Amino acid sequence: MKSRPALRDAAIATLALIVVLAIPLLHRSPAFEDFIIRLSAMALFATSLNLLIGNAGMVSFGHGLFYGLGAYAFALTMQLTELSLPVAIVVAMLITALAALGVGAICVRLGTDYFAFITLAVQMLFYSIIISWQSLTGGDQGLRGGIPRREIFGFELASQLHLYQFCAVIAVLGLLVLRHISASPFGQTLRMIRDNENRAGFLGIVLWRARLAAFTIAGAFAGVGGVLAALFVSGAYPELADWPNSGQAIFAVMLGGVNSFLGPVLGAMILLALNDVVTRFTEYHGLVLGLVILGFALGLRRGVLDFLKVAWPGRSR
Amino acid sequence: MDLDALGSCLAMPACVVTQTTSGLIVGMLLFLVAAGVTLIFGVLKIINFAHGTFYMLGGYVAYSVLGATDSYALAVVSGALATALGGVVFERALISRVYGSNVLMQLLICYAVVLIFDDLVKMVWGPEFHAMGMPSAFQVPPLFIAGGVVPPFYAVLVGIAALIAIVLALGLSMTRFGKTVRAAAINPQMVSALGINTTVLFAIVFAIGGGLAGLAGALAAPVRSLSSGMGFSILIESFIVTVIGGMGSIAGALVASLMIGMVRGFGTIGFPGFTDGLIYILMIAVLLLRPQGLFGRTL
Repeated sequence: MKSRPALRDAAIATLALIVVLAIPLLHRSPAFEDFIIRLSAMALFATSLNLLIGNAGMVSFGHGLFYGLGAYAFALTMQLTELSLPVAIVVAMLITALAALGVGAICVRLGTDYFAFITLAVQMLFYSIIISWQSLTGGDQGLRGGIPRREIFGFELASQLHLYQFCAVIAVLGLLVLRHISASPFGQTLRMIRDNENRAGFLGIVLWRARLAAFTIAGAFAGVGGVLAALFVSGAYPELADWPNSGQAIFAVMLGGVNSFLGPVLGAMILLALNDVVTRFTEYHGLVLGLVILGFALGLRRGVLDFLKVAWPGRSR
Repeated sequence: MDLDALGSCLAMPACVVTQTTSGLIVGMLLFLVAAGVTLIFGVLKIINFAHGTFYMLGGYVAYSVLGATDSYALAVVSGALATALGGVVFERALISRVYGSNVLMQLLICYAVVLIFDDLVKMVWGPEFHAMGMPSAFQVPPLFIAGGVVPPFYAVLVGIAALIAIVLALGLSMTRFGKTVRAAAINPQMVSALGINTTVLFAIVFAIGGGLAGLAGALAAPVRSLSSGMGFSILIESFIVTVIGGMGSIAGALVASLMIGMVRGFGTIGFPGFTDGLIYILMIAVLLLRPQGLFGRTL
């Protein structure tokens, strides 16, 4: 471990951001920019989920709730109020954090198995509310009418280039904060609870409070991912909060590796690329995806980055 | 919300009978699926997220067999047997590899199976909705009970499900096999040390669970439409049933299924459009007041 890991992380993040921002200056490719925009939403979504799965050992199958809620909260705030875009993002983040606090208060005391599907059930409750509250959410048609484009700092998000830059900045910032949280003493506490909750309890840690905090933070950042998704589709759709979306996030986490911070980002990248390629060749993309998942779960038994870590044990993280 | 409508319905015997019947149908079908979920969890500590797939396959197999043979009894039996067999294959080929590993692996494998079979069903039977229609044997005038309309098929369906519930409850509590299953739920190593082949036992448990779900799918086919993905909504409801009734409790599954059935039956009158919400509220209330479920042991 280096002595100033936070500085090193910030340096890596800055470098990555510069590279991503420089690419369109050299070569414009709409497909690539689309990919990065979708990736930034998915990466935040999956990485926030991994704060629960990888760090705290809490397998939530209902994380899509917060992704969808972030998208709806943001799109509705923009449509119904005159607030500027950064304020709307903060509002959406607060709303998802509050929702996560409420859902977490019910769920975090449950055992692992119960937790997995109660979160799923709560997500499906949210989904059914979206579908049935037509006057507000547009029901199964999704929230239409677009998101009002308000210029911020000279940015015009209707332009794909500006949206690309905006999403990249938000995603890198969000990942950096999540990285900081997971490397902090709080993150260490979560890992201790994951590995031995009895011992953690004996050391005076209030288990449910730490878990609830993790759940709330993860929910808020999934909400930011949802905001980016809403910007990309220029609206919000119930599918964002549907269960296959939660399944995709879990798969992205598992595909990249639960024990590496960047694992979920890599997993999201592979998953999105896989989806793009598969849908080009067959309409049965669930079939292909399912077979790939089975191959990973039964064959590799861990994500790509975790696999590499085991293969080259010398390097930490 | 329409409480007046609910009040006037409760005042009329005809309306009460009709809604109770439709609630019983929902509840009994749900019970057949949830009993499998709770049995598999009780014995194997596996949350079978793919259980809805068996329900779906049972429905589709029955649909095809009815089309080929025109015998509904044969259709139901083959639907249940096919999924019982499917349960064994699923347990042996996939789930047995992840016993004891973390819930994430189990979840992923089940998720993969759901994705694969939803698409396989689309490939074999097409992506459109299918309606089986009422089998000809049941196309007879409905019964009238206190002025309420009860189609004979509904009565048969509830009867079959009630019979299964009794057989399951007696089988688990009275027979040697049932005692072995309950012992395995508490301490599988000890059961194995006593010379009982737990590998076979676990496969049988999955066969029973899968078969019950397939039976439910086959029984539901005449009254509901068939579609790829139909397994998921009943899966969510059967999870809710296991939460309300208590994990691993068959009696709890029956009571909770009937509760949900009645909420559905009468909720459509009092709270149209929000019956799902009522069920989730019921679940959250149980979780807060009695986290182990109505019939569950302490967590």
